[in-house]
Amino acid sequence: MAEYKGVMTFCEVAEGKLASIATELLGYGRKLADELGQELSAVLVGSGIGSLAQEAIAFGADKAYVVDDTLLKDYQTDSYVSAMEKVVKEVMPQILILGQTSIGRDLAPRLAFRLNTAASLGCLELAIDPESKLLLQTKPAYGGNAQAVFICQSYPQIATVRPKAIAPLERDESRKGEVITVDAGLDPSAIRTKVLEKVPEKIEGVRLEDAEVVIAGGRGIGSAEGFKQLEELARMLKGAVGATRPPCDNEWVPAGAQIGLTGKIVTPDLYIAVALSGSSQHMSGCSSSKTIVAINKDAEANIFREARFGIVGDWKKVLPAFADKIKGLLAE
Amino acid sequence: MNMVVCIKQVVDPEAPPASFKIDPASNKVVPPQGVSPVVDPYAEYAIEAALKIKDALGGKITAISLGINQLRDIVKKPLAMGADELILLEDEAFDEGDSWSTAYALAMGIKKIGDYDIIFCGREASDWNAGQVGSGIAEILGLPGVTLARKIDITNGKARVERVTDEGYEVIEVSLPALITVSNEIGEPRYPTIKGIMAAKKKEPVIWKPADIGVEVSQIGAAGRRTKLLKLFQPVREAKCEIVEGENPEEAAVNLALKLREAKVL
Ligand SMILES: Cc1cc2nc3c(=O)[nH]c(=O)nc-3n(C[C@H](O)[C@H](O)[C@H](O)COP(=O)(O)OP(=O)(O)OC[C@H]3O[C@@H](n4cnc5c(N)ncnc54)[C@H](O)[C@@H]3O)c2cc1C
Ligand SMILES: Nc1ncnc2c1ncn2[C@@H]1O[C@H](COP(=O)(O)O)[C@@H](O)[C@H]1O
Repeated sequence: MAEYKGVMTFCEVAEGKLASIATELLGYGRKLADELGQELSAVLVGSGIGSLAQEAIAFGADKAYVVDDTLLKDYQTDSYVSAMEKVVKEVMPQILILGQTSIGRDLAPRLAFRLNTAASLGCLELAIDPESKLLLQTKPAYGGNAQAVFICQSYPQIATVRPKAIAPLERDESRKGEVITVDAGLDPSAIRTKVLEKVPEKIEGVRLEDAEVVIAGGRGIGSAEGFKQLEELARMLKGAVGATRPPCDNEWVPAGAQIGLTGKIVTPDLYIAVALSGSSQHMSGCSSSKTIVAINKDAEANIFREARFGIVGDWKKVLPAFADKIKGLLAE
Repeated sequence: MNMVVCIKQVVDPEAPPASFKIDPASNKVVPPQGVSPVVDPYAEYAIEAALKIKDALGGKITAISLGINQLRDIVKKPLAMGADELILLEDEAFDEGDSWSTAYALAMGIKKIGDYDIIFCGREASDWNAGQVGSGIAEILGLPGVTLARKIDITNGKARVERVTDEGYEVIEVSLPALITVSNEIGEPRYPTIKGIMAAKKKEPVIWKPADIGVEVSQIGAAGRRTKLLKLFQPVREAKCEIVEGENPEEAAVNLALKLREAKVL
């Protein structure tokens, strides 16, 4: 295993820029690389993305590997796994980190199996074990009821990190680094999927992931009309509306509103949880919010074990009066 | 269409969080008193995905489950829902595996089943939330894979899969045979019918031991792990909730708004 060295981050690109998860990972990778006294490399995979290599360096990488190929325009499992396999075999990093995104969730495990090593998905925290120098990978288990610390007994140690686990470093344009291009050498006939269409969900107002105030509704809201009231309050507070899974499954709100283990991760200043029970799977996506406020008619609901302030009552009575008072306070 | 669905018996993830306990000495979950295990919820979505295709095109569904102490009433649920066969990889040697050793044993079991067009898994099991076994099986069997499916249509021998992404969804065409992992957006799993339950009662699962699927015990279960669990623990909660009161709900609401202003949250 001795020849494996360094920390590598897979940097996602979104709309021609480094995705926010990529800048976060570079910050995390920098920390781990410094602890090991080793290099941090960034990998950029895509089509027409060469100019972003300097960005990755500005955000902390010592080296940026660029795999640029028209066949890599869209994320596809076969092409991206092949490209990453090539880079990893060439560079031989000890640690490879990716984002817990729809791309990372797909790429990391498949790549790990290809490379005959293991991955941990959705890590909350990564650290270097002082003795063994191995990567300690802490991730939610049992829907967030528990956390598990894993080590991987083969190289590279692969982990995906949840969004917002760490703040990115300041962008520093004076940082110097090396840019290396890698030829993916892809065989088009080995790509067994085709992306026919991409259908983005329309969002109005603040993006849920970026909102400083989130009003989240659960099954107890009961209908799409009910959610209109949450939207009104969100607009007033310049926030966004989120939900537990049942409202999404019932199509009261778009699927993209789901917060939790298998939904979005949010860390707002204020999280108002309305008529949701506070299941561990849901809390896994919002428990890092600064202040959680709960409105639930069941005094025994788990959400009251997670919230800072709460009202035991029917949201249909509580919410209008709450919104009214806030309107007044904001007008003062 | 011949389909294989991977299912797993797990601790009920909807049991109240307050009932969740860990035994620190063994790093294991203490099964909550009086709460029966269930079929992993995402695996149920995977069964539903397969049943939808069977409804439309006909075919055969084989469910396969790896584990020990599998309660027949639980793991027979796919049969009750409409699957045709149940295979259990059941042996101490399969126990305590990680994603690697589990995917490997399942892949070898599926290889023995042989005739399949689509293999279905859930996107992640509710116990370890690993989210890897599907991708692992695909890689070991050399199959194309699509993860996080929310809708599947079969046309001209190919599958058109709507895949959930962070931005919305994308439509992917994949050649068959393929492995597909299923997300909850596929739609609520159907309830077993009385007829289904009766049929499932009569049907005995096929049990395969490691030798039946041609695997060495060193490659499966605890012996085949690539990862080591150092610790399993319950995160401590610091929040202490202040319940805001009032003469009536409306007054409590006003008091809450004032409280949040006072605490400079608003
Ligand atoms: C592997 C896995 C992953 C999952 N991932 C997620 C995820 O990412 N996100 C997620 O949210 N869920 C997820 N789930 C589902 C999760 O387990 C719960 O089922 C779900 O979060 C429950 O949603 P809820 O709190 O809205 O509903 P419930 O648990 O049914 O709670 C409804 C609450 O509303 C209250 N209520 C009802 N009416 C009123 C009223 N008029 N006024 C006030 N209060 C009222 C009730 O007292 C109750 O507490 C996942 C499950 C699994 C197994
Ligand atoms: N022991 C098992 N037996 C059968 N299927 C499994 C097993 N473990 C995982 N799976 C399948 O793989 C999916 C994802 O599991 P995991 O990768 O463990 O999160 C599950 O929803 C099942 O479909």
